[in-house]
Amino acid sequence: MSTTSRQPAIRFENVWKTFTHKGRQSHALQDVSLDVAPGDIFGIVGYSGAGKSTLLRTVNALERPTKGRVFVGETEISALHGPKLYAQRQRIGMVFQQFNLLRSRTVYKNIAYPMKLAGYSQEQILDRAEELLDFVGLSDKALSYPSQLSGGQKQRVGIARALATQPEILISDEATSALDPQTTTEVLDLLERVNQEYGVTILMVTHEMDAVRAIANRIAVMENGRVVEHGSAYQVFSSPSTPIAARFVSSLLQHVPDVKTLEAIRKVHRGRLVQLHVENRETNDPFLSRTARKHDVDFNIVYGGVSELEGRLFGSLTVELLGSEAQVDAAVAELGRVAQVNEVTGHA
Amino acid sequence: MREINLEAFLPRLGDAVFETLLMVSVSFVLASVLGVLLGLLLYATRPGNLLQNRPVFAVLNLLINIIRPIPFLIIAVSIIPLTRAIVGTSIGPVAAIIPLTLVATVAVARIAESNLVAVDPGTIEAGAAMGASPVRVLFTIVIPEALGPLTLGLTYILVALVDSTAVAGVIGGGGLGDLAMRYGYQRFDWFVVGVIVVILIVLVQVAQWLGNVIARKVMH
Repeated sequence: MSTTSRQPAIRFENVWKTFTHKGRQSHALQDVSLDVAPGDIFGIVGYSGAGKSTLLRTVNALERPTKGRVFVGETEISALHGPKLYAQRQRIGMVFQQFNLLRSRTVYKNIAYPMKLAGYSQEQILDRAEELLDFVGLSDKALSYPSQLSGGQKQRVGIARALATQPEILISDEATSALDPQTTTEVLDLLERVNQEYGVTILMVTHEMDAVRAIANRIAVMENGRVVEHGSAYQVFSSPSTPIAARFVSSLLQHVPDVKTLEAIRKVHRGRLVQLHVENRETNDPFLSRTARKHDVDFNIVYGGVSELEGRLFGSLTVELLGSEAQVDAAVAELGRVAQVNEVTGHA
Repeated sequence: MREINLEAFLPRLGDAVFETLLMVSVSFVLASVLGVLLGLLLYATRPGNLLQNRPVFAVLNLLINIIRPIPFLIIAVSIIPLTRAIVGTSIGPVAAIIPLTLVATVAVARIAESNLVAVDPGTIEAGAAMGASPVRVLFTIVIPEALGPLTLGLTYILVALVDSTAVAGVIGGGGLGDLAMRYGYQRFDWFVVGVIVVILIVLVQVAQWLGNVIARKVMH
C-alpha cells in the first residue's frame, strides 16, 4: 500500500485547535499531522474527548484549525470560505452518529437534497437516487419518512445521501456507535463496499475498536488531542507501541491478560511467566515444545490468543516456565530467537 | 327562566357567529404571517445565528415580553387610537381585529421562535456539511423541520383567538362573546349563554381537529 508518491486524499499539517472557555484554554488538537492516502479506509480511534471528532470536522471545515492547515486533495480547505467552501463540501460526504436525516422529507428527498444543492437536473437526481437506493438495499423505502425506518436503515440512507454527489472522500463520525452489533456489521460492510465499489476514501472516527478492525487498513490512535500512534491496521493491532493503543487492542483481542486476570493466574502459577509475541510465522516449527525439551524445562500455557488481519496471523501466549533458574534463562533466550519475549512482572 | 323571542334571537345569533368567524379568521391569518416573520427575525438575530444582532434581538425580545403579559382587555382599550387610525373606528368586529392581531402576532412569534430553536442541530450541521449556505439551511432545513410543531402551535393560537373574541365583544367588538354577555349574562338568560357556549365549544373542537390533521400531515 505504498502511496507516498501520490498526493494524499487528506492531509493534516500541524493542526492545532484551541478552545477558550471562561478565560481558560483547552487544546482539543495539538500539532496533529497525518496523511490519508487515496483508497484508504483510515480509522481514528480514541476515547471520548481525545479530539478525534474535532479533527474529523476540520476535513469539511465544520471546525477550523487555530493553527495549521488541512488539505483535501490539492485544496487547502481550512482556507476556504463562503461559496467556494460550500462547493468543496459538496465533494465530501459525511455520515453522522445520529444519522441527521431531515424528518420532514422522504428517504428519496433526503438523498436528493445534496444533489439539488450541487445543481443536478431532475433526471440526474432520479437516476442517481435510484442507483443509491439499490446500492444500500432500500429501493422499497424511497417514499418512507425517516421516522418509519430502523436505526440501521436510517444510517444506510445517511450513507446514500453522503454518496449522492459522488464524493471522493467520505468522513464518518461514529457512524455505528448508535447501532446494535448486528446492524453495526451491516453498516460496516456497506462502508467497505463504498470503498471498494466506488473507490471512495473513508476517514472514520470511532471509539469502537471492532469497527476499525472490521474494515480499516490504516489506524491512528488519539489521546489528549494528539495522534500518539499510527500505522497499518496490522501494525497497530499486532504490535501496539503505546499503552493506550495496547489498551484499545486488548479491548478487542484478548491476547494478553489484564491486571485482574494476571492476579488470578498468579494465584496458581508462581513460576516464571513470559509473554511470547508471535507474528507472521512461516514454518510449523514447534518451537515451544522443542525448546522445553532441549533445556529440560516444563511449561504451562496460561493465557493467549491468535488473530487474523489482512490475511496474516499474529498472537500472544503467556507461558509459565518451570525448571532451574539457569535452565529457564536458557529457554527464554532460545525462545527469544523465534518470538518476541516479554517478562511478566507483577503488573501487566 | 323567561321566554325568549326566538324570532329576534336567531338572526342575531347568526350575525354573531359570522362576526366571530370574521374576527378569528382575519386576525389568525394576519397574525400567522406577521408572527412567523417576527419569529424568524427573532431566531435569525439570536447570538450565533445567521443574522446575529444583539441589539435587534434584545429590542424585539423586550417588546414581545412587554406586550404578552398585558391582559387583552387592557391592550384593546389602550390601542384604540391606533385602531381608529387603521380602520377608522374603534367599535365593531373589524375594529376588534387590530388588537386581536397584535396579541396573536406576539404569541405566534414566540411559538415560531421556540420551534425554530428546537430544530435538531444535527440536521443543521448535516446541511452545512452537504454544502448548503446558511440562508439555504434556514429555508430548506430549519423552517421545514419546524413546520410540524409550528402547526400545532398555530392551532393553539387559533383556539386562544376564539376565546379572545369573546372578550373583544365586551368592548364593542360584536360576535358571540358580545351576545352572550348582553343577552345572556346581563339578562340572566342562561339558555342563551348555554347555546353560545356550545357553539364556542364546537368551534374550538373543529379548529383543534383541523390543526391536528394538518400537523400529522406535516410531521409524518
